[in-house]
Amino acid sequence: MIEVVERMSPPRALYCEFPLGRPLGKPLDPAFQRRVIERGLDLLGASEPVLATYPEVVESDAAPMVCSIPPTYDPKIPPPVDEAQGLRAAYDRALARRGVTSVGRAIDADSVPAALEVLHQWAEGASWEKIDLPGKNTVAVSHDIRTYYEEAAMELVIGSTPAGRAAEAWFFEETEAGRTIMAARTALKDQEAPFPFWFYMAPAHR
Amino acid sequence: MSADASLRAYAANLPVPEFETTAFTMLGKPISQASVAIVTSAALHHPGEDPFSQDDTSFRSLDRADRELVMGHWSPNFDHTGFQLDLNVVYPIDRLEELADDGVIGDVGPRHFAFAGNQPDTVSEIRLDTGPACAAELVSDAIDIVLLTPV
Repeated sequence: MIEVVERMSPPRALYCEFPLGRPLGKPLDPAFQRRVIERGLDLLGASEPVLATYPEVVESDAAPMVCSIPPTYDPKIPPPVDEAQGLRAAYDRALARRGVTSVGRAIDADSVPAALEVLHQWAEGASWEKIDLPGKNTVAVSHDIRTYYEEAAMELVIGSTPAGRAAEAWFFEETEAGRTIMAARTALKDQEAPFPFWFYMAPAHR
Repeated sequence: MSADASLRAYAANLPVPEFETTAFTMLGKPISQASVAIVTSAALHHPGEDPFSQDDTSFRSLDRADRELVMGHWSPNFDHTGFQLDLNVVYPIDRLEELADDGVIGDVGPRHFAFAGNQPDTVSEIRLDTGPACAAELVSDAIDIVLLTPV
């Protein structure tokens, strides 16, 4: 946000209009990333404070992400639980390939189905004060579930590198888990749960 | 309006500390002789470390050689998949190594640092406590240039 930079008056800043969460602009594009850093290093030649703008804009909302979702088939368990279990193999491949996972703020991958089951119950009208959520913290648990899905999705995605908002749109609009989190969020709001408990379960613009 | 544009418009009006003067120091040596470190607000940390808690104002040290890092950021408002695909889009450590190999910068610092970008508007604890503490660590590593990558 260039307005924020202007108000805070740092000694040197290179404002880059890139997707939020991608300060170097483009993943898997070393040449692009290097150009951004070199432009930043150029600012060191200035003899007074400087705010420059990187000349190239990278849009965040480009092509939608193509990622197949396993069809739910077990009528005895809620659809998001079935779906999360179906994605486990892809998640495990991601973990094996990268060696690390960012799931773990409040729950680990094993607890994702159980957490979705509770969120599903909340979404269906159960009281959030009577049914405990594994991991307790609604924001961290929602984030862990989304991370589980996004890490799995990177093993399943078809086509070019997903754009900045593509995975978020896929998760909240195409998956049972994303829809369940949104429904649970609405239910918490309707049950007058504290604002921070539900608002930050999903991006502010949703 | 795109989601990013909408969040940018929202954040543009958030209160932030405003300063009448700017702390400005000339580099004092050629960039090709300077040691560079990264400080990111992406809440990166080692998998074995305590994760960042909500409103965590502390920082984590990242070894120059370490690439197995996780993102412990709490905000749902930005993309995380870029980092999953390529940590350099958040933490360009491989780019710094290449710049050092090519002689563009003098060296890559032995340690780099991560804060969590999800903070109260005043960022008072970081400004008054952990920020200066992190700066002292950078000085002890003889770092000349810090590349800040905001998330």
